Amino acid sequence: MTTDTRAADQTQTLDAPATADEGWRRRHLLDLDDFTVDELEQVMAATDTMKEVLSREVPRVPALRGTTVVTLFYENSTRTRTSFELAGKVLGADVINIAASASSVTKGESLVDTVQTLQAVGADVLVMRHSRSGAPYLAARHATCSVVNAGDGLHAHPTQALLDLYTMRSALGDVHGRKVVIVGDIMHSRVARSNMWALTALGAEVVVCGPPTLIPAGLGTTTAPASSPDARAFSPRRDSKEHPRMETELPPVRVETDLDRAVEGADVVMALRMQLERMHGGFVPGAREYSRLYQVNAERLARAKPGALVMHPGPMNEGIEISHEVAHGLQSRVEEQVANGVAVRMAVLWLVTRTGARGGIRAVGRGAL
Amino acid sequence: MTDALVMSPADIRRAVTRIAHEIVEHNRGTDGLVLVGMRTRGVPLAARIARAIEEFEGERVPTGSLDIGLYRDDLTERGPSVNIQPSELPDITGKRVVLVDDVLYTGRTVRAALDALADYGRPDAIELAVLVDRGHRELPIRADYVGKNIPTSQSDDVQVRLHEVDEEEYVRVAAGAGDTLRRSRTGAAS
Repeated sequence: MTTDTRAADQTQTLDAPATADEGWRRRHLLDLDDFTVDELEQVMAATDTMKEVLSREVPRVPALRGTTVVTLFYENSTRTRTSFELAGKVLGADVINIAASASSVTKGESLVDTVQTLQAVGADVLVMRHSRSGAPYLAARHATCSVVNAGDGLHAHPTQALLDLYTMRSALGDVHGRKVVIVGDIMHSRVARSNMWALTALGAEVVVCGPPTLIPAGLGTTTAPASSPDARAFSPRRDSKEHPRMETELPPVRVETDLDRAVEGADVVMALRMQLERMHGGFVPGAREYSRLYQVNAERLARAKPGALVMHPGPMNEGIEISHEVAHGLQSRVEEQVANGVAVRMAVLWLVTRTGARGGIRAVGRGAL
Repeated sequence: MTDALVMSPADIRRAVTRIAHEIVEHNRGTDGLVLVGMRTRGVPLAARIARAIEEFEGERVPTGSLDIGLYRDDLTERGPSVNIQPSELPDITGKRVVLVDDVLYTGRTVRAALDALADYGRPDAIELAVLVDRGHRELPIRADYVGKNIPTSQSDDVQVRLHEVDEEEYVRVAAGAGDTLRRSRTGAAS
Protein backbone atom coordinates (compact mmCIF):
# COMPACT_ATOMS: atom_id res chain seq x y z
CA MET A 1 0.00 0.00 0.00
CA THR A 2 1.09 3.54 -0.64
CA THR A 3 0.03 4.50 2.85
CA ASP A 4 3.19 3.17 4.45
CA THR A 5 5.64 4.94 2.18
CA ARG A 6 3.69 8.16 2.51
CA ALA A 7 3.70 7.92 6.27
CA ALA A 8 7.44 7.31 6.21
CA ASP A 9 8.02 10.35 3.99
CA GLN A 10 6.05 12.54 6.32
CA THR A 11 7.73 11.49 9.55
CA GLN A 12 10.84 13.51 8.87
CA THR A 13 8.85 16.73 8.75
CA LEU A 14 6.96 15.90 11.92
CA ASP A 15 9.40 17.64 14.20
CA ALA A 16 11.35 20.37 12.52
CA PRO A 17 11.88 23.36 14.80
CA ALA A 18 12.09 26.65 12.96
CA THR A 19 14.29 29.66 13.32
CA ALA A 20 13.17 33.21 12.61
CA ASP A 21 15.21 33.31 9.40
CA GLU A 22 13.75 30.15 7.98
CA GLY A 23 10.14 31.06 8.67
CA TRP A 24 7.73 28.44 9.95
CA ARG A 25 8.48 24.76 9.32
CA ARG A 26 6.16 22.94 11.68
CA ARG A 27 3.29 21.23 9.89
CA HIS A 28 1.67 19.95 13.07
CA LEU A 29 1.12 21.46 16.49
CA LEU A 30 1.23 18.56 18.91
CA ASP A 31 2.86 19.95 22.06
CA LEU A 32 5.14 22.78 23.14
CA ASP A 33 7.78 20.55 24.76
CA ASP A 34 10.16 20.98 21.83
CA PHE A 35 9.30 24.56 20.90
CA THR A 36 12.21 26.98 20.59
CA VAL A 37 12.03 30.50 21.97
CA ASP A 38 11.92 31.74 18.35
CA GLU A 39 8.89 29.62 17.58
CA LEU A 40 7.02 30.82 20.66
CA GLU A 41 7.84 34.41 19.68
CA GLN A 42 6.56 33.80 16.16
CA VAL A 43 3.23 32.54 17.50
CA MET A 44 2.97 35.56 19.83
CA ALA A 45 3.75 37.98 16.98
CA ALA A 46 1.20 36.37 14.66
CA THR A 47 -1.37 36.55 17.48
CA ASP A 48 -0.85 40.32 17.71
CA THR A 49 -1.86 40.60 14.06
CA MET A 50 -4.87 38.35 14.57
CA LYS A 51 -6.01 40.52 17.51
CA GLU A 52 -6.01 43.50 15.15
CA VAL A 53 -8.15 41.55 12.66
CA LEU A 54 -10.61 40.64 15.45
CA SER A 55 -10.86 44.29 16.52
CA ARG A 56 -12.26 45.31 13.12
CA GLU A 57 -15.89 46.03 12.48
CA VAL A 58 -16.03 43.10 10.05
CA PRO A 59 -13.45 40.62 11.34
CA ARG A 60 -12.73 38.56 8.27
CA VAL A 61 -9.66 38.14 6.10
CA PRO A 62 -9.10 35.80 3.14
CA ALA A 63 -5.87 34.28 4.47
CA LEU A 64 -7.18 30.69 4.54
CA ARG A 65 -9.65 30.94 1.66
CA GLY A 66 -9.96 27.54 0.02
CA THR A 67 -8.63 25.77 3.10
CA THR A 68 -10.74 23.23 4.96
CA VAL A 69 -10.42 22.93 8.72
CA VAL A 70 -12.02 19.90 10.35
CA THR A 71 -12.50 19.77 14.10
CA LEU A 72 -12.62 16.17 15.30
CA PHE A 73 -13.56 15.99 18.96
CA TYR A 74 -13.65 12.70 20.80
CA GLU A 75 -14.30 14.59 24.06
CA ASN A 76 -16.77 17.28 24.93
CA SER A 77 -15.64 20.87 24.69
CA THR A 78 -17.30 24.23 24.36
CA ARG A 79 -14.69 26.93 24.31
CA THR A 80 -11.87 25.13 22.53
CA ARG A 81 -13.99 23.80 19.69
CA THR A 82 -15.94 27.04 19.29
CA SER A 83 -12.83 29.17 19.26
CA PHE A 84 -11.14 26.95 16.65
CA GLU A 85 -14.28 27.15 14.54
CA LEU A 86 -14.45 30.92 14.86
CA ALA A 87 -10.71 31.25 14.20
CA GLY A 88 -11.04 29.28 10.97
CA LYS A 89 -14.05 31.29 9.84
CA VAL A 90 -12.42 34.67 10.52
CA LEU A 91 -9.52 33.56 8.31
CA GLY A 92 -11.92 32.58 5.53
CA ALA A 93 -11.51 28.78 5.86
CA ASP A 94 -14.33 26.28 5.52
CA VAL A 95 -14.87 24.68 8.91
CA ILE A 96 -16.48 21.30 9.45
CA ASN A 97 -17.19 20.10 12.98
CA ILE A 98 -17.29 16.44 13.73
CA ALA A 99 -18.31 15.06 17.09
CA ALA A 100 -16.95 11.54 17.36
CA SER A 101 -20.16 10.42 19.08
CA ALA A 102 -22.10 11.18 15.88
CA SER A 103 -19.58 9.75 13.40
CA SER A 104 -18.49 6.37 12.09
CA VAL A 105 -16.28 6.13 15.15
CA THR A 106 -19.30 4.65 16.91
CA LYS A 107 -19.36 1.99 14.17
CA GLY A 108 -15.87 0.97 15.17
CA GLU A 109 -13.80 2.97 12.68
CA SER A 110 -10.19 3.30 13.84
CA LEU A 111 -8.54 6.66 14.47
CA VAL A 112 -6.15 6.24 11.54
CA ASP A 113 -9.00 5.34 9.18
CA THR A 114 -11.01 8.34 10.35
CA VAL A 115 -8.04 10.66 9.78
CA GLN A 116 -7.39 9.28 6.31
CA THR A 117 -11.05 9.51 5.37
CA LEU A 118 -11.25 13.11 6.49
CA GLN A 119 -8.17 14.18 4.58
CA ALA A 120 -9.29 12.27 1.52
CA VAL A 121 -12.45 14.38 1.41
CA GLY A 122 -10.34 17.52 1.65
CA ALA A 123 -9.33 18.37 5.22
CA ASP A 124 -6.20 20.55 5.18
CA VAL A 125 -6.06 20.97 8.94
CA LEU A 126 -7.35 18.45 11.44
CA VAL A 127 -8.00 19.92 14.87
CA MET A 128 -8.26 17.01 17.22
CA ARG A 129 -9.21 16.33 20.80
CA HIS A 130 -8.89 12.83 22.19
CA SER A 131 -9.09 11.27 25.63
CA ARG A 132 -5.97 9.16 24.98
CA SER A 133 -2.57 10.79 25.46
CA GLY A 134 -0.60 10.69 22.23
CA ALA A 135 -3.56 10.14 19.89
CA PRO A 136 -2.71 13.25 17.78
CA TYR A 137 0.83 11.91 17.28
CA LEU A 138 -0.61 8.74 15.80
CA ALA A 139 -2.90 10.82 13.59
CA ALA A 140 0.00 13.05 12.47
CA ARG A 141 2.11 10.05 11.47
CA HIS A 142 -0.60 8.93 9.07
CA ALA A 143 -1.69 12.34 7.80
CA THR A 144 -0.68 14.40 4.78
CA CYS A 145 -2.67 17.30 6.24
CA SER A 146 -1.76 19.31 9.34
CA VAL A 147 -2.76 18.01 12.75
CA VAL A 148 -3.41 20.43 15.62
CA ASN A 149 -3.72 18.98 19.09
CA ALA A 150 -6.72 20.48 20.89
CA GLY A 151 -6.04 18.39 24.01
CA ASP A 152 -4.97 14.75 24.30
CA GLY A 153 -5.63 12.83 27.48
CA LEU A 154 -3.36 13.91 30.29
CA HIS A 155 -0.60 14.90 27.93
CA ALA A 156 -0.82 18.27 26.22
CA HIS A 157 -3.07 21.20 25.34
CA PRO A 158 -0.71 23.45 23.41
CA THR A 159 -3.16 26.11 22.21
CA GLN A 160 -4.40 26.64 25.78
CA ALA A 161 -0.82 27.17 26.97
CA LEU A 162 -0.18 29.57 24.08
CA LEU A 163 -3.25 31.65 24.92
CA ASP A 164 -2.26 31.63 28.59
CA LEU A 165 1.20 32.84 27.59
CA TYR A 166 -0.26 35.54 25.36
CA THR A 167 -2.58 36.69 28.16
CA MET A 168 0.33 36.87 30.63
CA ARG A 169 2.52 38.78 28.23
CA SER A 170 -0.27 41.26 27.44
CA ALA A 171 -0.36 42.21 31.12
CA LEU A 172 3.27 41.67 32.20
CA GLY A 173 5.18 42.46 29.02
CA ASP A 174 7.50 39.50 29.40
CA VAL A 175 7.34 36.32 31.48
CA HIS A 176 11.11 36.07 31.89
CA GLY A 177 11.90 36.01 35.64
CA ARG A 178 8.20 36.17 36.56
CA LYS A 179 6.78 33.81 39.13
CA VAL A 180 3.86 31.74 37.86
CA VAL A 181 2.04 29.48 40.32
CA ILE A 182 -0.12 26.68 38.92
CA VAL A 183 -2.49 25.28 41.55
CA GLY A 184 -4.53 22.12 41.54
CA ASP A 185 -4.57 18.69 39.98
CA ILE A 186 -1.22 18.86 38.20
CA MET A 187 -1.08 15.14 37.55
CA HIS A 188 -4.22 14.97 35.42
CA SER A 189 -3.78 18.37 33.76
CA ARG A 190 -2.66 18.64 30.15
CA VAL A 191 -3.04 22.40 30.53
CA ALA A 192 -0.44 22.45 33.31
CA ARG A 193 1.95 20.26 31.33
CA SER A 194 1.93 22.41 28.20
CA ASN A 195 2.14 25.59 30.28
CA MET A 196 5.18 24.31 32.15
CA TRP A 197 7.09 23.72 28.90
CA ALA A 198 6.25 27.08 27.34
CA LEU A 199 6.83 29.14 30.48
CA THR A 200 10.12 27.52 31.45
CA ALA A 201 11.38 27.84 27.86
CA LEU A 202 10.85 31.59 28.16
CA GLY A 203 12.59 31.80 31.52
CA ALA A 204 9.63 32.09 33.89
CA GLU A 205 9.89 30.72 37.42
CA VAL A 206 7.17 28.09 37.55
CA VAL A 207 5.88 26.73 40.85
CA VAL A 208 3.30 23.97 40.82
CA CYS A 209 1.16 23.44 43.89
CA GLY A 210 -1.37 20.82 44.87
CA PRO A 211 -1.98 17.83 47.12
CA PRO A 212 1.02 15.46 47.02
CA THR A 213 -1.26 12.77 45.55
CA LEU A 214 -1.85 14.99 42.51
CA ILE A 215 1.77 15.95 41.75
CA PRO A 216 3.43 13.73 39.11
CA ALA A 217 6.28 11.65 40.50
CA GLY A 218 9.69 13.16 39.86
CA LEU A 219 8.42 16.65 39.08
CA GLY A 220 10.53 19.30 40.78
CA THR A 221 13.74 17.29 40.55
CA THR A 222 14.90 18.80 37.25
CA THR A 223 16.37 22.27 36.89
CA ALA A 224 17.30 24.48 33.98
CA PRO A 225 20.87 23.78 32.88
CA ALA A 226 23.13 25.75 35.19
CA SER A 227 25.67 26.12 32.41
CA SER A 228 23.25 28.30 30.44
CA PRO A 229 24.29 31.91 31.11
CA ASP A 230 20.84 33.18 30.21
CA ALA A 231 17.75 31.22 31.08
CA ARG A 232 16.09 32.61 27.96
CA ALA A 233 18.46 30.59 25.87
CA PHE A 234 17.21 27.45 27.56
CA SER A 235 14.93 25.41 25.42
CA PRO A 236 14.01 21.92 26.60
CA ARG A 237 14.71 20.14 23.34
CA ARG A 238 16.83 22.56 21.38
CA ASP A 239 19.45 19.87 20.79
CA SER A 240 16.92 17.10 20.30
CA LYS A 241 18.89 15.69 17.37
CA GLU A 242 21.87 14.81 19.54
CA HIS A 243 20.08 14.04 22.79
CA PRO A 244 16.60 12.65 22.24
CA ARG A 245 14.57 13.56 25.27
CA MET A 246 13.67 10.66 27.50
CA GLU A 247 10.01 10.09 28.13
CA THR A 248 10.67 10.67 31.80
CA GLU A 249 12.21 14.09 31.29
CA LEU A 250 10.26 16.80 33.05
CA PRO A 251 10.15 20.58 32.81
CA PRO A 252 12.29 22.44 35.38
CA VAL A 253 9.66 23.60 37.86
CA ARG A 254 9.47 23.85 41.63
CA VAL A 255 6.92 21.84 43.64
CA GLU A 256 5.19 23.26 46.69
CA THR A 257 2.38 21.60 48.62
CA ASP A 258 1.51 24.61 50.80
CA LEU A 259 -0.47 27.13 48.75
CA ASP A 260 0.07 30.00 51.17
CA ARG A 261 3.81 29.62 50.73
CA ALA A 262 3.57 28.97 46.98
CA VAL A 263 1.71 32.20 46.12
CA GLU A 264 4.17 34.38 48.08
CA GLY A 265 5.25 37.13 45.64
CA ALA A 266 3.64 35.48 42.60
CA ASP A 267 3.00 37.45 39.40
CA VAL A 268 0.44 34.95 38.13
CA VAL A 269 -1.79 32.50 40.00
CA MET A 270 -3.39 29.91 37.76
CA ALA A 271 -6.04 27.63 39.24
CA LEU A 272 -6.88 24.36 37.51
CA ARG A 273 -10.25 22.69 37.36
CA MET A 274 -10.71 20.17 40.17
CA GLN A 275 -12.62 17.31 38.63
CA LEU A 276 -15.15 15.65 40.83
CA GLU A 277 -14.03 12.20 39.64
CA ARG A 278 -10.74 12.79 41.45
CA MET A 279 -12.57 13.07 44.74
CA HIS A 280 -14.23 9.74 44.10
CA GLY A 281 -10.93 8.27 42.93
CA GLY A 282 -9.44 8.82 46.34
CA PHE A 283 -6.84 11.41 45.33
CA VAL A 284 -8.27 14.00 47.70
CA PRO A 285 -10.44 13.46 50.77
CA GLY A 286 -13.27 15.70 49.61
CA ALA A 287 -14.32 19.00 48.12
CA ARG A 288 -14.41 20.86 51.41
CA GLU A 289 -10.97 19.64 52.42
CA TYR A 290 -9.59 20.49 48.99
CA SER A 291 -10.98 24.01 48.92
CA ARG A 292 -9.83 24.70 52.47
CA LEU A 293 -6.24 23.91 51.47
CA TYR A 294 -6.02 24.79 47.79
CA GLN A 295 -8.73 27.28 46.88
CA VAL A 296 -7.48 30.50 45.30
CA ASN A 297 -9.31 33.08 47.38
CA ALA A 298 -8.87 36.74 48.30
CA GLU A 299 -6.92 35.99 51.45
CA ARG A 300 -4.35 33.87 49.62
CA LEU A 301 -4.22 36.22 46.63
CA ALA A 302 -3.21 39.00 49.02
CA ARG A 303 0.09 37.15 49.55
CA ALA A 304 0.90 37.39 45.83
CA LYS A 305 2.28 40.56 44.25
CA PRO A 306 -0.21 43.44 44.22
CA GLY A 307 -2.22 43.16 41.02
CA ALA A 308 -1.10 39.59 40.35
CA LEU A 309 -3.04 37.97 37.53
CA VAL A 310 -5.63 35.31 38.27
CA MET A 311 -6.14 32.76 35.53
CA HIS A 312 -8.16 29.61 34.97
CA PRO A 313 -8.47 27.48 31.83
CA GLY A 314 -12.17 26.94 32.51
CA PRO A 315 -14.72 25.72 33.08
CA MET A 316 -14.48 26.93 36.69
CA ASN A 317 -15.88 25.21 39.77
CA GLU A 318 -16.49 28.37 41.73
CA GLY A 319 -16.28 27.73 45.45
CA ILE A 320 -13.97 24.75 44.99
CA GLU A 321 -10.65 25.62 43.29
CA ILE A 322 -11.41 29.33 43.05
CA SER A 323 -13.66 31.60 45.10
CA HIS A 324 -16.45 33.49 43.40
CA GLU A 325 -15.06 36.91 44.30
CA VAL A 326 -11.59 36.12 42.91
CA ALA A 327 -12.97 34.44 39.77
CA HIS A 328 -14.83 37.62 38.89
CA GLY A 329 -12.58 40.14 40.63
CA LEU A 330 -10.43 42.89 39.16
CA GLN A 331 -7.38 40.66 38.96
CA SER A 332 -9.16 37.92 37.02
CA ARG A 333 -8.03 37.46 33.43
CA VAL A 334 -10.40 34.55 32.77
CA GLU A 335 -12.54 36.36 30.20
CA GLU A 336 -9.47 37.73 28.47
CA GLN A 337 -8.10 34.18 28.23
CA VAL A 338 -11.22 33.10 26.36
CA ALA A 339 -11.05 36.13 24.05
CA ASN A 340 -7.35 35.56 23.33
CA GLY A 341 -8.12 31.93 22.55
CA VAL A 342 -9.61 32.88 19.20
CA ALA A 343 -6.62 35.03 18.18
CA VAL A 344 -4.06 32.40 19.24
CA ARG A 345 -5.91 29.67 17.34
CA MET A 346 -6.05 31.91 14.26
CA ALA A 347 -2.28 32.29 14.52
CA VAL A 348 -1.82 28.53 14.87
CA LEU A 349 -4.09 27.68 11.93
CA TRP A 350 -2.33 30.29 9.82
CA LEU A 351 1.16 29.14 10.74
CA VAL A 352 0.67 25.40 10.21
CA THR A 353 -0.85 26.06 6.79
CA ARG A 354 2.25 28.05 5.71
CA THR A 355 4.01 24.76 5.15
CA GLY A 356 1.84 23.87 2.16
CA ALA A 357 0.46 20.63 3.62
CA ARG A 358 -2.89 19.79 2.08
CA GLY A 359 -5.47 17.09 2.07
CA GLY A 360 -7.85 15.74 -0.54
CA ILE A 361 -7.47 15.76 -4.31
CA ARG A 362 -5.00 18.67 -4.19
CA ALA A 363 -2.54 16.56 -2.27
CA VAL A 364 -2.66 14.05 -5.12
CA GLY A 365 -2.17 16.82 -7.67
CA ARG A 366 0.83 18.15 -5.80
CA GLY A 367 2.56 14.81 -5.85
CA ALA A 368 2.24 14.25 -2.14
CA LEU A 369 1.14 10.67 -2.77
CA MET B 1 26.48 39.11 -11.94
CA THR B 2 26.58 42.91 -12.17
CA ASP B 3 25.35 45.33 -9.59
CA ALA B 4 24.38 48.92 -10.41
CA LEU B 5 23.52 51.81 -8.11
CA VAL B 6 20.42 53.44 -9.57
CA MET B 7 19.44 55.87 -6.77
CA SER B 8 21.66 57.55 -4.19
CA PRO B 9 20.32 58.95 -0.89
CA ALA B 10 20.07 62.39 -2.57
CA ASP B 11 18.14 60.88 -5.52
CA ILE B 12 15.73 59.23 -3.10
CA ARG B 13 15.27 62.50 -1.18
CA ARG B 14 14.49 64.44 -4.38
CA ALA B 15 12.08 61.75 -5.61
CA VAL B 16 10.20 61.78 -2.28
CA THR B 17 9.97 65.59 -2.33
CA ARG B 18 8.70 65.61 -5.92
CA ILE B 19 6.09 62.92 -5.17
CA ALA B 20 4.94 64.95 -2.14
CA HIS B 21 4.42 68.03 -4.37
CA GLU B 22 2.64 65.99 -7.03
CA ILE B 23 0.26 64.45 -4.49
CA VAL B 24 -0.73 67.87 -3.11
CA GLU B 25 -1.01 69.41 -6.57
CA HIS B 26 -3.11 66.57 -7.95
CA ASN B 27 -5.42 66.49 -4.92
CA ARG B 28 -5.58 70.33 -4.77
CA GLY B 29 -4.39 70.51 -1.20
CA THR B 30 -4.32 68.12 1.71
CA ASP B 31 -8.03 68.01 2.66
CA GLY B 32 -9.20 64.45 3.20
CA LEU B 33 -5.81 63.05 2.27
CA VAL B 34 -4.47 59.91 4.01
CA LEU B 35 -1.09 58.29 3.33
CA VAL B 36 -0.90 54.54 3.85
CA GLY B 37 2.51 52.87 3.75
CA MET B 38 2.74 49.21 2.84
CA ARG B 39 5.01 47.17 5.04
CA THR B 40 7.84 47.12 5.29
CA ARG B 41 9.52 49.96 3.37
CA GLY B 42 6.37 51.76 2.28
CA VAL B 43 5.88 52.81 5.90
CA PRO B 44 9.00 55.05 6.22
CA LEU B 45 8.39 56.34 2.70
CA ALA B 46 4.86 57.42 3.65
CA ALA B 47 6.26 59.11 6.76
CA ARG B 48 8.84 60.96 4.65
CA ILE B 49 6.19 62.13 2.17
CA ALA B 50 4.01 63.33 5.07
CA ARG B 51 6.97 65.24 6.53
CA ALA B 52 7.73 66.86 3.15
CA ILE B 53 4.08 67.90 2.77
CA GLU B 54 4.08 69.37 6.26
CA GLU B 55 7.19 71.43 5.41
CA PHE B 56 5.68 73.20 2.43
CA GLU B 57 1.95 73.08 3.28
CA GLY B 58 2.05 73.36 7.06
CA GLU B 59 -0.52 70.58 7.28
CA ARG B 60 -0.01 67.21 8.95
CA VAL B 61 -1.48 64.50 6.72
CA PRO B 62 -2.68 61.39 8.64
CA THR B 63 -0.59 58.31 7.91
CA GLY B 64 -1.09 54.61 8.50
CA SER B 65 0.60 51.31 7.86
CA LEU B 66 -0.81 48.29 6.08
CA ASP B 67 0.36 44.68 6.30
CA ILE B 68 -1.05 42.56 3.47
CA GLY B 69 0.27 39.22 4.74
CA LEU B 70 -3.25 37.85 5.29
CA TYR B 71 -4.39 38.95 1.80
CA ARG B 72 -1.69 37.54 -0.46
CA ASP B 73 -2.62 35.09 -3.20
CA ASP B 74 0.93 33.82 -3.68
CA LEU B 75 1.75 32.63 -0.17
CA THR B 76 2.27 28.97 -0.94
CA GLU B 77 4.56 29.96 -3.81
CA ARG B 78 6.69 32.16 -1.58
CA GLY B 79 7.80 29.63 0.98
CA PRO B 80 7.02 29.59 4.64
CA SER B 81 7.58 33.26 5.46
CA VAL B 82 5.42 34.18 8.41
CA ASN B 83 6.39 37.74 9.13
CA ILE B 84 3.06 39.51 9.65
CA GLN B 85 2.34 42.56 11.77
CA PRO B 86 -0.81 44.39 12.81
CA SER B 87 -1.96 47.15 10.46
CA GLU B 88 -2.56 50.60 11.91
CA LEU B 89 -4.91 52.76 9.92
CA PRO B 90 -6.69 56.06 10.52
CA ASP B 91 -10.30 56.32 9.37
CA ILE B 92 -10.24 56.01 5.58
CA THR B 93 -13.95 56.16 4.76
CA GLY B 94 -14.65 59.17 2.54
CA LYS B 95 -10.93 59.97 2.31
CA ARG B 96 -8.49 60.11 -0.59
CA VAL B 97 -6.00 57.38 0.23
CA VAL B 98 -2.51 57.33 -1.27
CA LEU B 99 -0.95 53.85 -0.97
CA VAL B 100 2.83 54.06 -0.71
CA ASP B 101 5.26 51.24 -1.53
CA ASP B 102 8.93 50.94 -2.42
CA VAL B 103 8.81 48.81 -5.60
CA LEU B 104 5.98 48.22 -8.07
CA TYR B 105 6.53 44.94 -9.92
CA THR B 106 3.82 42.38 -10.72
CA GLY B 107 1.09 44.42 -9.04
CA ARG B 108 -0.02 41.51 -6.87
CA THR B 109 0.96 43.21 -3.64
CA VAL B 110 -1.06 46.27 -4.62
CA ARG B 111 -4.06 44.12 -5.50
CA ALA B 112 -3.84 42.53 -2.05
CA ALA B 113 -3.56 46.00 -0.50
CA LEU B 114 -6.73 47.12 -2.29
CA ASP B 115 -8.57 44.11 -0.83
CA ALA B 116 -7.21 44.90 2.63
CA LEU B 117 -8.19 48.60 2.42
CA ALA B 118 -11.74 47.64 1.48
CA ASP B 119 -11.99 45.81 4.81
CA TYR B 120 -11.18 49.00 6.70
CA GLY B 121 -13.66 51.33 5.04
CA ARG B 122 -14.76 52.91 1.77
CA PRO B 123 -12.36 55.60 0.59
CA ASP B 124 -13.50 58.15 -2.03
CA ALA B 125 -10.41 57.34 -4.07
CA ILE B 126 -7.23 55.28 -3.84
CA GLU B 127 -4.01 56.34 -5.54
CA LEU B 128 -0.63 54.66 -5.68
CA ALA B 129 2.82 56.16 -5.08
CA VAL B 130 6.01 54.09 -5.52
CA LEU B 131 9.68 54.87 -5.27
CA VAL B 132 10.57 52.49 -8.12
CA ASP B 133 8.51 51.09 -10.97
CA ARG B 134 10.40 48.16 -12.45
CA GLY B 135 7.76 46.97 -14.95
CA HIS B 136 6.59 43.38 -15.64
CA ARG B 137 3.01 43.90 -14.45
CA GLU B 138 0.78 40.84 -14.23
CA LEU B 139 -2.38 42.79 -13.34
CA PRO B 140 -4.06 45.95 -14.70
CA ILE B 141 -2.49 48.21 -12.08
CA ARG B 142 -0.42 51.39 -12.55
CA ALA B 143 1.15 53.94 -10.24
CA ASP B 144 -0.06 57.56 -10.03
CA TYR B 145 3.27 58.80 -8.64
CA VAL B 146 6.61 57.23 -9.51
CA GLY B 147 10.03 58.13 -8.08
CA LYS B 148 11.95 56.42 -10.86
CA ASN B 149 11.11 54.07 -13.71
CA ILE B 150 13.78 51.39 -13.92
CA PRO B 151 13.71 49.03 -16.90
CA THR B 152 14.65 45.58 -15.56
CA SER B 153 14.78 42.00 -16.65
CA GLN B 154 12.64 39.61 -14.63
CA SER B 155 15.81 37.92 -13.39
CA ASP B 156 17.10 41.20 -11.88
CA ASP B 157 16.84 41.87 -8.17
CA VAL B 158 15.84 45.42 -7.24
CA GLN B 159 17.17 46.24 -3.78
CA VAL B 160 15.70 49.22 -1.96
CA ARG B 161 17.38 50.13 1.33
CA LEU B 162 16.08 52.90 3.58
CA HIS B 163 17.94 53.99 6.67
CA GLU B 164 14.87 53.70 8.95
CA VAL B 165 14.76 49.96 8.22
CA ASP B 166 18.19 49.02 6.96
CA GLU B 167 20.66 51.55 8.38
CA GLU B 168 21.81 52.24 4.83
CA GLU B 169 20.15 53.98 1.93
CA TYR B 170 20.21 53.26 -1.81
CA VAL B 171 18.42 51.59 -4.71
CA ARG B 172 20.48 49.00 -6.54
CA VAL B 173 19.79 46.57 -9.33
CA ALA B 174 21.66 43.28 -9.15
CA ALA B 175 21.45 41.63 -12.56
CA GLY B 176 20.46 37.99 -12.54
CA ALA B 177 20.21 37.79 -8.75
CA GLY B 178 16.42 37.81 -8.55
CA ASP B 179 16.00 34.73 -10.67
CA THR B 180 17.94 32.42 -8.36
CA LEU B 181 16.25 33.99 -5.38
CA ARG B 182 12.79 33.31 -6.77
CA ARG B 183 13.70 29.80 -7.73
CA SER B 184 15.07 28.92 -4.31
CA ARG B 185 11.95 30.34 -2.68
CA THR B 186 9.56 28.28 -4.77
CA GLY B 187 11.82 25.31 -4.24
CA ALA B 188 11.47 25.66 -0.51
CA ALA B 189 7.68 25.72 -0.74
CA SER B 190 7.13 22.64 -2.81
